Order: sequence, then C-alpha cells, then structure tokens
Amino acid sequence: MLSPEERREIEAEFAHYPNKQAVSIDAMRIVQKHRGWVSDECLKDIAELLEMSADELDGVATFYNLIFRRPVGRHVVMVCDSVSCWIMGYDRLRRELTSRLGIQMGETTADGRFTLLPIVCLGACDHAPTIMVDADLHHDVDPQKLDGVLEKYK
Amino acid sequence: MSQRHNGSIIQWLNKFMEKVLTKNIRQDLSYVDLNAYEQTGGYQGLRKALGMSPTEVVEEVKKSNLRGRGGAGFPTGMKWSFVPMNADAPRPKYLVANADEMEPGTFKDRLLMEGDPHQLVEGMVVAGYAIQADVAYIFIRGEYFRSEEMLRRAIAEAYEKNYLGKNILGSSYSLEMIVHMSGGRYMCGEETGLLNALEGKRANPRTKPPFPQVSGLFGKPTIVQNVETLSNVPHIVRNGAEWFKSLSYTQDAGTKIYGVSGKVKRPGLWELPMGTTIREILEVHAGGMQDGVRFRGLLPGGASTDFLVEDHLDVKMDFTEVAKVGSRMGTGTMIILDDQTCPVGMVWNLEHFFAQESCGWCTPCWSGLSWAEKALNALEEGQGQAADLEHLAFICNFCAPGNTFCALAPGAVEPLQSALKYFRDDFNRHITEKRCPWRAS
Repeated sequence: MLSPEERREIEAEFAHYPNKQAVSIDAMRIVQKHRGWVSDECLKDIAELLEMSADELDGVATFYNLIFRRPVGRHVVMVCDSVSCWIMGYDRLRRELTSRLGIQMGETTADGRFTLLPIVCLGACDHAPTIMVDADLHHDVDPQKLDGVLEKYK
Repeated sequence: MSQRHNGSIIQWLNKFMEKVLTKNIRQDLSYVDLNAYEQTGGYQGLRKALGMSPTEVVEEVKKSNLRGRGGAGFPTGMKWSFVPMNADAPRPKYLVANADEMEPGTFKDRLLMEGDPHQLVEGMVVAGYAIQADVAYIFIRGEYFRSEEMLRRAIAEAYEKNYLGKNILGSSYSLEMIVHMSGGRYMCGEETGLLNALEGKRANPRTKPPFPQVSGLFGKPTIVQNVETLSNVPHIVRNGAEWFKSLSYTQDAGTKIYGVSGKVKRPGLWELPMGTTIREILEVHAGGMQDGVRFRGLLPGGASTDFLVEDHLDVKMDFTEVAKVGSRMGTGTMIILDDQTCPVGMVWNLEHFFAQESCGWCTPCWSGLSWAEKALNALEEGQGQAADLEHLAFICNFCAPGNTFCALAPGAVEPLQSALKYFRDDFNRHITEKRCPWRAS
C-alpha cells in the first residue's frame, strides 16, 4: 500500500504532464525515496494510480539504472566505473571496497548497512576516482580516504 | 622551457579574456541568487528579447553561429527555425533542456547548473520565447542532486519575479518550467530517447523524420537543447551576434567550457575562446602530465570521440577543426591517455560502458557492442587472437552511421576504430605476449 504521503507526492506530479503515464519515473523515484526500493506490491499500486499495467511499468522500471527493484541496504554506495575514474584508480578502489565491506558489486552487507553498485560516469572527472553514497558525491576517493567516507554512514 | 614561458604569458593574457558563462560562478559553487545574478546583467537578455519579435530572436541566434554544445554541434538558430510558428501550430509547444550529462569524461554542465542556475533559466525563457514554447522541462541526470536543488531554487525565484509564469514581465508571453529527474540511462541523452523518457517510457530512440521540432514530446513541436548551449543564449541576445563571434579564435563562435581529466597535474574546467588549441588546454591550463607519466593520446570530447595523438596537439578545439583530423570536439571535455595506462584496457572500459548502456533497440548496437566488449576483454585476459582484431574492425563498420537507429553505436565505435589505428602495436602485444603488458603478472 502506498502511504498517503507517497500518493500525495505522486498526484502532485500529475499537474506537470499531459497524461498520467508520463509520471511513471517520477512516481517510482518518490516511492524509492521513502522506501529505498520499489517492491512488486508498490509497483502494482503505482501502476494502478497511473492507469497502466504493472508489466508495462516494470518494463519502464527495469530500463533505468537508478530504479531499484530489489531491496537495498540503508546506504547505497555507487562506484563510478567509467573511463576517467578507471584511469585514476577505479580497480584498486573497487578491490578495497569489496574487501572492506566483504561483499561483491550488487550485494548488500549482512547488517543491511551498505549496498554496493557500479555506476556510470558521475560527472566529476576532475576529481576521479569518485563514489556516491546516497545523495552525496565524494571526490578523489583513495583507499586512505575510504574509511573516513564510510564512517559517516551508519 | 620555452613552452613553459609561453604558458605563463597565455595564463596572464587569459586573465583579461572575457568570461561569459562562468563569470558569476564562485569557487565554492555556492548559490548565486537572483539578486546576485541581476547585478551582473542577469535577465537583461530576456528583457531585450521580449522587446523583439520571436523571429528576430531566432535570426540573431542564427547569425551568432552558436552551435549545439551537447556534442553534435548542430546550428542552434537553424534548429529553432524548423519549429512551426504559424497561428495554428500544434500546442503546447515544448522546450527541453538536456541536462542528462552522462557522456563519460564530461562534467561541464554540472558546473553551469550548480554554479549559475539562473543563467540556464534565463536562456530557457529566451529560447522558449523564440519558438513560443508553452512548457519547458529541465531533464536532469538522476544523480545530479545539487543541480536539482540549485535549479529548483532559481526557478522559484524566477516565478516570484515573473521571469516565469503567466505574462512574463507584462508581455503576452507565458512559460511554465518543470524539473524532471532522470531514472538514469545514457540513452536519455539522445534527443528522441530523452523524449520517450520524459513521456514515462523506456528511452528507446524514435524514427526521424518526423523531427522533434515538428513532432516531439507528446507529439508536439519540441526543441531539445544542451545546458551549455542554452546558457549562451541570453548573452547573445543581450550583446549581439557580432560580439559573440568576436569571442572565438575560429569560425565556430563564442567561448567554450573545456575540461581535462586523466593523469594531468591540474584536471579541471576552463572557459576559453572557442578554438583554443589542445596543447594550450592540456599544457597550460591542465598543467601538463603528472610527473612520471607521458602523454600518449586523448579523447577530445567524451567517450564517444575518436582518439587523437601527439601529432594533433596543435589542433584548435572547435567543431570544424577537430573534424578535419578525423575526430569530433564532442563535449569539449578531454580524457587523457598516458603511457602507464593500457590503451586496450581503456577501450575495453569504454565498450563495456556502451554495451551496457545500449538500449537493445537495434541489432548492430546491442549485438556489435557486446561482442566488441567480449573481444576486448579476451585481449586483456591474454586470450586474444589475431582474428579478433579483424572482428573488431568489422564491428566498427557494422555500427557505422546509417546502420543504426541512433548515434549511440556510431559514437561507441569511434574510440575503438581510432585505437585500432593508433595503438595497433599495443593490441598486437596483447596477442603475442598472451597477457596485458600493463598488468603486473
């Protein structure tokens, strides 16, 4: 069940587009903001609200990198694996992250604290390598800096 | 030594160079509010535009020779002139700012959105007026939260002062502006893919024609324009086409925000006259290569441009001159390949990106790029064969312009085809030595 707040936020987006289906991505982002991910149940509720089939909405959901259709941890760590970060030490950073967190890309730590995901170029190439934790971008992340960065997210 | 000397003179001269797009941007990227923006002439371009006819605005932009800064370099004024302007033109008409900056190695639009959001808003109102758009969307990359925040603040302030909304500054022109945050996919940066994404669909490309200017978003006339392009518009209207042309060193007018990433001393962004040489950008502004590494090549404007090498350092960075040597200026943000970095590995990284981001709509792209990625991976793992290089060359032709639905695959093979040309020996070494020579064994 969508919460009244989620429903209100989604309905507020209707004014911005000429039809309800156009709100699909905004709607899933809203739900994800509240719950971290978009469950099957939420997907069905959103689809109903937007007057489209759940399958059609799932086709949209699975196209986009930032719509999560599986549960994630309390914090999502996205590691840029694009070219500038690759040149500046992505491989080493990924090795450090996977070994410190004890998980591979796409996995969540057992305590539910972190989910680790690869992400494409974060548009901060003059500060490569970069990672993004939740909505925060972190610049020039070398292995020494990593502990300090992760420490902020409980 | 003489190079260093030249460099300091150029840096000194650049202090006097006119900054257009970046003049308000603060070192800490703190918010430039409406008041601060107005103090340096902000919204004067809009005031002037509203005193002109829409056609006059289009003509001025046409004369200015402004070319699209998203990478393709299409003449902006010409694009606008394709929008139906008669009284019975389909309504609403749309203007969309393509703020889906996702080309690997590109980080310039973020600076403009975070550093001076009102400039983009003003550019959009002026462009909207020129085509008589009713609704404007800013399509922002899903990860650009700060850009979103800055633009929402600027839009709210602009509504308050009636730079947006009904009857802007007492004129008969009205415009609504809406922020859309992307769900995240490289295809959203492609003009027609972006339109599908804005309609809440998968970002597959659309057949052209009809072109978006005639039938775009929700089937209505639509202009899609890059952030840097739109940010130039108020200045052109305010100061005139001739002024804009005088800013550049070459035929392609204006200033350009150039960037450098990779193992250079000072990676960053600089607003410079269009047509500044690659050498000046690399050696003077980016400070040259880091100690201990040597320059080998560069992608001049993002991941989907052909490699250039040492012979090309004196090429002027603009759309026309870079094309003459077989590449594209693209977004103008260069990625530097150094001698400690494997060119095959770099191309593998690039093709991994493109294969992953291919929307799967047409065969050369989804099939060709995933095979390219596999072959490059095999080369990196020491399992490559001579026939793989022929296969890679075949894929480059398979994905060439005209064979695919959109520009993703043709762009994707640009670094591959040029790497095969300039770094052939490195590819061969991977095959004969059965390993990547850059990796510790």
